[in-house]
Amino acid sequence: MQPVISIQGLNKTYASGHSALKTIDLDIRKGEIFALLGPNGAGKTTLISIICGIVNPGEGRVQVAGNDIVRDYRAARSKIGLVPQELFNEGFESVWATVKFSRGLFGKPANAGYLEQLLKDLSLWEKRDARIFELSGGMKRRVMIAKALSHEPEILFLDEPTAGVDVELRRNMWEMVRKLRERGVTIILTTHYIEEAEEMADRIGVIRKGEIILVEDKATLMRKLGKKQLTVHLQHPLHALPDALVRDDLSLRDDGYTLVYTFDGQRDETGVAELLQELAQQGIAFKDLQSSESSLEDIFVSLVSERSE
Amino acid sequence: MNFYAIRAIYLFELARTWRTLLQSIATPVITTSLYFVVFGSAIGSSMNQIQGVSYGAFIVPGLIMLALLTESISNASFGIYMPKYSGTIYEVLSAPVSYLEIVIGYVGAAATKSVILGVVILSTARLFVDFDILHPLWMVAFLLLTAVTFSLFGFIIGIWADGWEKLQIVPALVVTPLTFLGGSFYSIGMLPELWQKITLFNPVVYLISGFRWSFYGVSDVHVGVSLAMTLGFLAVCITLIAWIFRTGYRLKN
Repeated sequence: MQPVISIQGLNKTYASGHSALKTIDLDIRKGEIFALLGPNGAGKTTLISIICGIVNPGEGRVQVAGNDIVRDYRAARSKIGLVPQELFNEGFESVWATVKFSRGLFGKPANAGYLEQLLKDLSLWEKRDARIFELSGGMKRRVMIAKALSHEPEILFLDEPTAGVDVELRRNMWEMVRKLRERGVTIILTTHYIEEAEEMADRIGVIRKGEIILVEDKATLMRKLGKKQLTVHLQHPLHALPDALVRDDLSLRDDGYTLVYTFDGQRDETGVAELLQELAQQGIAFKDLQSSESSLEDIFVSLVSERSE
Repeated sequence: MNFYAIRAIYLFELARTWRTLLQSIATPVITTSLYFVVFGSAIGSSMNQIQGVSYGAFIVPGLIMLALLTESISNASFGIYMPKYSGTIYEVLSAPVSYLEIVIGYVGAAATKSVILGVVILSTARLFVDFDILHPLWMVAFLLLTAVTFSLFGFIIGIWADGWEKLQIVPALVVTPLTFLGGSFYSIGMLPELWQKITLFNPVVYLISGFRWSFYGVSDVHVGVSLAMTLGFLAVCITLIAWIFRTGYRLKN
C-alpha cells in the first residue's frame, strides 16, 4: 500500500549552520498511529514543521498522499492538521471565531454543524463564545486541537500533545486520538513520554541528533529488544558474587540484598532454572523472586545511550 | 484560488476593527477634527486663499492623506506582526494558501479599513468647511490606490519588524515627517526655491498633490506625474513582497 507520507533523503541545515536533520527516510502508513520518540533537540519539531510547510525543507523529497509538499503544496497541506507544541492563540478572539477562521483558511466551506459537533466532542461547546484568554490551559490546548481538526484532515500531527497536561486531560486526549484513528485519520505524534508511545502507538520511530535510528512496530520492538529481568531478594546480603556466579548478565544491587539476572524472554532456554540451582549449590538463600519485562523506556534509554558513542 | 482562505483572513482581520472600533476609527477622526479646528478655523481664518482655494478647504485632501497613510501602515503592519508575535502565524504558513492569497487577505482588510476611515474623515471635514470634489472618480481612484499601496508598505514593515519598537519606528520617524513636509498644510510653491527642489524627492508630495487635484483641479505637480509616482511605489512594494515570500524572509527558516 502506498504510504500516506513518504520522506526520502530529507535533510535540513538552518541558516545558523545547525544541522537539524541528516538524511531522513521514513514512510508513514495510512491509518496508523506513529510515535516519533526522541530527546529534546533531536529534530522532531523540525521534521514536522517541514512536512507542514512552516520550515523550508533542505534537500530531499516529502510527499503527502502522493503530493509533493513543495510543488503540490495545496493538495498536500489541505490533508494535514497540525497541533503545535506551544499554545499559540488569538487571545481576544472567541473560540467559535478562531475555529471558523481555521476551517476557511484551509479552503473548506463553512459547516456550522460539523464545527458544533467538533466543539462538543472536545467539551468546548459551552465555551464557544468565550474569549480564548479566559480559558484554562487545558481548554486552550483543546482549542488548538479543534482548530487542527476544523477542516477534517486525513492526517493529524500532534507535537508533544500532552506536555504539561494533567492526567485526566491526557487520558481524554488518548481517547480522542483512538476515536480519530477509528475514523481512518492517520496520526503522527511526537513525545518524550515513553508511556504515551507505549500506550498509543502502532509503530514507533526513534530520532536522535537528526537521524532516525529505528522504526519498528511497537509489538516487535518490545519483543525484539524486550529483555526480562529476574530479581532475587536474598535472605542475607552478599559482599560480592561468588566466583562461580561472576558473569555479565548477573549483578548485585541494594548493598548485596538483591541479585538481578537479565535474560531473553523469547528463548526457551531462559537460564532461570540453572541459576536457581546454582544459588542452591552455593548455599545462597533467597526469600522472594520477581520477574519483569523491560518497558519501552528501558529500551529507549538503552538505544539512545548505546548509540551515543 | 483558495477563496475561502482569502475570505477567512479578510473577515478575521476586519473583525478586529469592529472589536477595537474606538481605537480604529474614533481616534483618527478626533485627531483630524482637532487639525481642522486648529489649522482650518483658528489659523485658516487669517490666511489668504491658496491657488484660489480657501485654506480650510485646501488642507482637507492633505489631512485625509495623512490619516490614510498612517492608518494603512499601522493597520497592515499590526495585522501581520501580531500573528508573528503571538506565534499563530504557524497556521497561515501551514495552510494551503498561496502568498498572493495571504497578501490579498491581510492587505485587503487593512486597505478596507483605511478607505472607510478616509470616507469618515471626508464626511467629518464637510462639517467644518465647505468644498466640492471636481473629479470624484479620480478622487476615489487615488484613495484606493494610496490605501492599497501603503497597506502593502505596512505589511512589509510588519514582516520586517522583530519587535514592537521597530513596528513604530518607520511610521514615526519616516512617514509622519514626510507627510507633514509633503504639503498637507501648504502648497510647495510657498517654500523657498531650494526647498521646492528638495521636496520633490519626497514621494508623499506626489500623493497629496494628485489627491488635491481631484478635489480642486489645482496641483503642485502634474497629475500624471502623481499617478505615475503612486503606481511606481505600488510596484516597488509588490516586488519587495514577492521577494519576501520567495525567500521566506523573517517568516520561514
